[in-house]
Amino acid sequence: MDKIVLDHVSFVYNPGTPFEKKALDDVSLSIEANCITGVIGHTGSGKSTMMMLLNGLSAPSSGKVFLDGYDINSSFKDVFPEWLKKPEYATMRKSAAKKAIKAEVAKRKKTLCFRVGLVMQYPEYQLFEETVYKDIAYGPKNMGLSEEEIKERVYEAIRFSGLDESILQKSPFDLSGGQKRRVAIAGVIAMRPEVLVLDEPAAGLDPRGREQIFREICRYQKATSSTVIMVSHSMEDMAEYCQNMIVLAHSRLIAQGSCNEVFSNVSLLEGTGLDIPQITQLTRLLKQSGLELPEDVYTVDRAVELLKDLYQSKKGTV
Amino acid sequence: MKSIAFGQYYPADSPVHKIDPRAKVILTILYIVCTFLCKNVLAFAALLLSAILLTSLSKIPLRMILRSLRPLIVILTFTSLINVFMTKGEHLLTPNWQIPFWGGHVWHIKIYEEGLWNALFMILRIVVLLIGTSVLLSYTTTPIALTDALERLMKPLKLIRVPVHDIAMMTTIALRFIPTLMEETQRIMNAQKARGADFTSGGLIRRAKSLLPVLIPLLVSAFNRAYELAAAMECRCYHGGKEKTKMKILHLRFGDVLAVLLIVAFGVGIVFLNRFGFYYTMK
Repeated sequence: MDKIVLDHVSFVYNPGTPFEKKALDDVSLSIEANCITGVIGHTGSGKSTMMMLLNGLSAPSSGKVFLDGYDINSSFKDVFPEWLKKPEYATMRKSAAKKAIKAEVAKRKKTLCFRVGLVMQYPEYQLFEETVYKDIAYGPKNMGLSEEEIKERVYEAIRFSGLDESILQKSPFDLSGGQKRRVAIAGVIAMRPEVLVLDEPAAGLDPRGREQIFREICRYQKATSSTVIMVSHSMEDMAEYCQNMIVLAHSRLIAQGSCNEVFSNVSLLEGTGLDIPQITQLTRLLKQSGLELPEDVYTVDRAVELLKDLYQSKKGTV
Repeated sequence: MKSIAFGQYYPADSPVHKIDPRAKVILTILYIVCTFLCKNVLAFAALLLSAILLTSLSKIPLRMILRSLRPLIVILTFTSLINVFMTKGEHLLTPNWQIPFWGGHVWHIKIYEEGLWNALFMILRIVVLLIGTSVLLSYTTTPIALTDALERLMKPLKLIRVPVHDIAMMTTIALRFIPTLMEETQRIMNAQKARGADFTSGGLIRRAKSLLPVLIPLLVSAFNRAYELAAAMECRCYHGGKEKTKMKILHLRFGDVLAVLLIVAFGVGIVFLNRFGFYYTMK
């Protein structure tokens, strides 16, 4: 099922000035529910802009963004005639229905950022509270939840982030870079969003930190069966952790589909500054020189396994 | 936030852009003097003409200039109202305008022709002042070139131990970081909005409080930036202005001198026009 659909979406920065810049150009795509989708593109390809459209932080210059089939930027006027036919409003008097629909549209707009949780690039710069606990509680507090509910969510979020609970009473400014990053992500997870959007969650972390963050995101996705969208420019990471992929280049959509579908069409990626993972390239080259290897090797672990098997079987025959 | 005219350099290829920044600073000062020299209709007409000419020369879209005038509307209305009602003169336009109060008191509204002229002149003066300075300086000069020019022009002050170079460097850095900090503010605001922050509703106190989640991270990052910048400058052996050479050395050309001469001539012309007693002359 499609959770999010973008329909001919374009976005222009500073329209009508000499600084005008088209960041997204007629992008249409769909994002499947209950899996991890990777958005890949080079710097300036429009990835981050697209993420801001998903939770309504900015509205597209043209085109529509649908969440569960509802155009998130629709105004009261857009939906009124349509909704009036709905059974729950049809029985009301027209003035009452008008009021109810107005309230519903406003509510949807307000709760959108809680339904689609966005973790921006370098989210550690948004921490501001005295303690980690208070900072993670900021989102749930804005949702208007009770104290107990907030507490439960903060503890749940800190567990998902793989941090120790003792950290909750510390100041966020005393933490290391990687810890700050996790606290910031926990601050969004605590809102229990249906869709979690992460813009370069591993940027600037060392290899171990990267792996940990990605592992935790996968674990979180499995445990909550929510929809996760990750942005990255690293093909290696995306191939390892994502089920589906979206490739952007020069503000346009280049490819979308499962990892297999995207990587099997190498020619599409040419000229985008992106490439299939190095390990895939290597195994394909090995295959060309006569080794029996499949085309769809995207992770080093899998390649090692396959080569080991191959070695064992060869050893048997000689 | 986007209507702040400061540091809004508008890139274009125009004669005004090409004038040496030092000459532009002098031109701006002289132009301001000119606006205050104007005293009668002819002089103000010449002034207005010069502003229009300057704008068209600079290739800056009229829309941008009008937008920068928008915040002035309040001040303009206020000053012109004061001028209209407070100026006393000889030609009373409203002999019979009276507002009766209780107890037989009557308030006479007295609007003199001189008041209307004064209000008009005041509006023209402020508008031209703003257009002149923004076209000559902020729209057509990069902040870096501007501080460079100021450093050169203030050089004589070094004799009385004014740290000219340091002032210029501080101004450059401050100007350089205005857009960066604005971008940062926008980023943090977006991040907090994504966590459900609401900056627009509620009373004054609630709104001020809702800005805390933006101000604290902004301050933290501004300090970090300052430390990093200082470290980066020290790594490149920056130690004040001593023996520092410039990459871009400013050269005064014939055109720059001509521009200054032209504006001086314009000022003389305005003084000359002031002598004609056309309609009304400001005191």
